[in-house]
Amino acid sequence: MTSYSNSNKKYSKILHETVNKNYRKRMIINKLVTVFAIVCVIAAIIPLGSILLEVVKNGASAISLEFLTQPQGSIGSGRGGVGPAIQGTIIVVGLASLIGAPVGVLAGIYLSEFAKEGKFADSVRFFNDVLTGLPSIVIGIVGYVIIVLAIGSFSVFAGAISLSIIMIPIVVRVTEETLKIVPYSLREAGHSLGISKARITLSIVLPSAKNGILTGIVIAISRIAGETAPLIMTILGTSLFFTGITGPVDALPLRIWRLASQPYESAHAFGWGSALVLILMILALSVGLRFLAQRRSFKVAI
Amino acid sequence: MAIEETFDAKESMTEGHSLTREPRINETAESTERFKVRIENVNGWYGSKRAIKDVNLNVREKTVTAFIGPSGCGKTTLLRCLNRMHEMTPGAHADGRVVVDGIDIYGKSIDPVVIRRRIGMVFQKPNPFPTMSIFDNVAAGLRLNGMRNKTIIREIVEESLKNAALWEEVKNELEKPGMSLSGGQQQRLCIARALAMQPEVLLMDEPTSSLDPIGSSKIEELVRTLKDSVTIIIVTHNMQQAARVSDFTAFMYLGDLIEYGSTNQIFMKPEKELTERYISGKFG
Repeated sequence: MTSYSNSNKKYSKILHETVNKNYRKRMIINKLVTVFAIVCVIAAIIPLGSILLEVVKNGASAISLEFLTQPQGSIGSGRGGVGPAIQGTIIVVGLASLIGAPVGVLAGIYLSEFAKEGKFADSVRFFNDVLTGLPSIVIGIVGYVIIVLAIGSFSVFAGAISLSIIMIPIVVRVTEETLKIVPYSLREAGHSLGISKARITLSIVLPSAKNGILTGIVIAISRIAGETAPLIMTILGTSLFFTGITGPVDALPLRIWRLASQPYESAHAFGWGSALVLILMILALSVGLRFLAQRRSFKVAI
Repeated sequence: MAIEETFDAKESMTEGHSLTREPRINETAESTERFKVRIENVNGWYGSKRAIKDVNLNVREKTVTAFIGPSGCGKTTLLRCLNRMHEMTPGAHADGRVVVDGIDIYGKSIDPVVIRRRIGMVFQKPNPFPTMSIFDNVAAGLRLNGMRNKTIIREIVEESLKNAALWEEVKNELEKPGMSLSGGQQQRLCIARALAMQPEVLLMDEPTSSLDPIGSSKIEELVRTLKDSVTIIIVTHNMQQAARVSDFTAFMYLGDLIEYGSTNQIFMKPEKELTERYISGKFG
């Protein structure tokens, strides 16, 4: 070909030989890496699958209407259920999410849209990351010292605050990262229409990042729904139903822990049942929110 | 309309400001013509790098003015100075005066958000709002600026889509996502979205560069029709396009405005050698 220079022609033979040799080598490496990846996927799935299987096998028989709605009978009798724990988990986790999700999302918006760079934003990011890594028992102690001792009783409120402290840094991170992926051109389009920055953020940027943020919130809720340590220090765990926001209450992870430490077969069966209920609740929440996120509505204002 | 009231109020506030700088162009010679946009001694900066150097240019009302020049010559930066979008880039700023209808948009009391409601912009890549329907995309500027009257919104949306030559193609699927349209349709949707704000000046930043020839020619046709109602400034890297759609052409090179005149004059008998060499394809 005329467009090739002479040096290109000179090396064409050795070039083709090298490419052919490397091609065979790459094919083998490609196969090996693929096999390795599949093995890793199986290795990751086995524990998850076996946990689920074990929980369903041991827990399914415990579940009944009585189990889901009644407080526990006398210890070792195998009567009653974990109704207060289910109710308590819904209340405490619900309240924690109502506090944690808005604070986390707004802080994430601040970091991504308004602060961006600068010492203040960087230190907020740094401490947020530190908070993510804080052991939950420490957060429980903080809840105990600041709220429980101040109010003078273990309470739903103290539990919700502690769980929301665990939730916030996760939501902040996810919100900031998701908002960063929203293309700048959308914000630019908003600016070019003379829309204020707050409106652009709320009505254009945030909806575009809705799915990612919702997923982050679901992950955070799942995480706090399974927390035990901070709840021991804050809501204590009773065998009674909810009495008020300043009173103690039960929660499923606490109940599982208590039941597992009792020396009765029936208590262990209840523990497995509680674990299954907790897993199903988290699953339902996750599937439910995903369904909500995917259902897009295009309304024409007529 | 409330927007205009705010704008007029700003105008009276900035009148005292308007004589602080002496424009270089001899205005008396051209004062019989009506200028929509007067660019006076505008410099555009990225940090300490001066991307536009003392540009002076007058844009006539209801005409199409094209900015041409090789990549990196500052034509897009200059365009983005005209609705104060340039300063949105981190580290970037501009100085000088850009006078639109007698108001210096760089005046001290001017809010760029208010300015951008009257100066629309269409971008290089179509950027419809992905979470919104076709209808909502066009209505976005109105609604997010506080318009609540549904009858008015519906009327403006229909009119804007008609003006953007998109109505016939989408009138039965207004509730579909804006992103479901083809690239060329998306760009016309973005034009409709800009037109819905009823801008007096429309800035177009290489609006056809990501489109196929059919999509491009539709946009060009649209530009020629739209100039009856709005002043258009278009940046293009395509000289044929500039020749086809524009009435006036400005040639820029390395941040300087080299030559500005009627498109015929620039393409037929350019005064500067540099312009001549660029037009004839000897560089760029």
